[in-house]
Amino acid sequence: MREIAAADITETVRRLCLQGAVSLPQDVCQVLKKARDAEDWPPAKQILDTIIDNDEIAAASSVPICQDTGMVVAWLKVGQEVHINGDLTAAVDDGVRQAYTQGYLRRSVVSDPLRRHNSGDNCPALLTTELVPGDRVEISLSLKGFGSENMSQLKMLKPSDGRQGVVNFVLNAVKQAGPNPCPPIVIGVGIGGSFDKVAQLAKKALLRDLDSVNPDPYYRELEQDLLRLVNQTGIGPQGLGGRTTALAVMVETFPTHIAGLPCAVNINCHVSRHLKEVL
Amino acid sequence: MKQFMQLEAVKPRSLSWPLSATELAELRAGEAVLLSGTAYTARDAAHKRLVEALEKGQELPFPMAGSLIYYVGPTPAKPGQIIGSAGPTTSYRMDAYTPRLLAAGQRGMIGKGRRSPAVIEALRQYGAVYFAAIGGAGAKLAQAITSAETICYEDLGTESVKRLQLHDFPAIVVIDSLGNDWYDQGPKAYLESQNDLDTQD
Repeated sequence: MREIAAADITETVRRLCLQGAVSLPQDVCQVLKKARDAEDWPPAKQILDTIIDNDEIAAASSVPICQDTGMVVAWLKVGQEVHINGDLTAAVDDGVRQAYTQGYLRRSVVSDPLRRHNSGDNCPALLTTELVPGDRVEISLSLKGFGSENMSQLKMLKPSDGRQGVVNFVLNAVKQAGPNPCPPIVIGVGIGGSFDKVAQLAKKALLRDLDSVNPDPYYRELEQDLLRLVNQTGIGPQGLGGRTTALAVMVETFPTHIAGLPCAVNINCHVSRHLKEVL
Repeated sequence: MKQFMQLEAVKPRSLSWPLSATELAELRAGEAVLLSGTAYTARDAAHKRLVEALEKGQELPFPMAGSLIYYVGPTPAKPGQIIGSAGPTTSYRMDAYTPRLLAAGQRGMIGKGRRSPAVIEALRQYGAVYFAAIGGAGAKLAQAITSAETICYEDLGTESVKRLQLHDFPAIVVIDSLGNDWYDQGPKAYLESQNDLDTQD
């Protein structure tokens, strides 16, 4: 049994939050630059230039890339042979608290959904733990903005809707979102499982690197088809027209019931702040 | 297409807020502009309070006549900074309040994303304009803010109302005083240009 101190988890979460708020991951920077080079509509290209410029200013001057520094999604894969000394949930929240209160990040969390008092420290995080074999803890974080989160959708499709039903649902979600989620967007698609599982799959997809592909060739092709179709809508950067509506579409799947075809579309903006570290 | 050509060929138009009714009427959807002058920040919670104050006949914390409101909840300023990251938030959440504020004299707003038919109608009725700034570019946009001072609703934290001075703040006219909506026209112009290319092939 390997021992990991809760304090180490706190410190990792704190550091990743601070880094993520100001410094866009390399995979996102590269996909953005590729999109800028491929964009054939001059006003859209100009917007992508501004976005890339903003990302560089943020990293160079340690100013958050976006004022919505997000609600923290924390996805922990905990090895079964690990013993955590201390309270895991509290350890993650402590890391978030320290980063957001000491790091001049925006506190965007209300402690009650209807009574809406700001919690003051951006806590709690949205924590998911997954037990996996091994003696390590993998911490994946996303600083998730809500302009894009609000444009996400879930639908219990019928088995007969099939692949085309999934494609239609994703495209409709993107079209309905239009300019609101700050395109170019990143699209996480969950297919299968149950009502709750499918939303988690879509969220998990958003934790992937933008240049990653689904290991199953069938779904890799679906990812490519969806990206191509989304980029034919004309919505473009900021919804003002152009080719680059999305930077990536990532699909995650799970077995499901004979009667069901759940589908979830979780949308992220171009400020796709996802980080990973293994303890 | 024509409007796009203009967008490309002409440098962004510099505007000094407040604008006259004529200047507001001249702005067209799709135009890039650089905004200078005074703007007030307000987002969800502040809008609710402003409209409640209007309903109760209370005095507003800033003069609404001719005002420009920026939908932003910035990150806290570090010591020595004027403001933190300060990009636009999604505008539709203010739709319920905007017609009332336009009736009270507001003449411009900066945000991002679509507006309701009621807001577009109110923009036409009062000759006002809706600008979009680039969402997710808060570090760069903050550089066009030369001063920031909290003037009320301090308890709302990031949602408090601040008086900002803008200097060459980059924005795009999305809905003009005639009700033209660049969120419809921009993508349409792009798709038409693609069809033109297809025909040429």
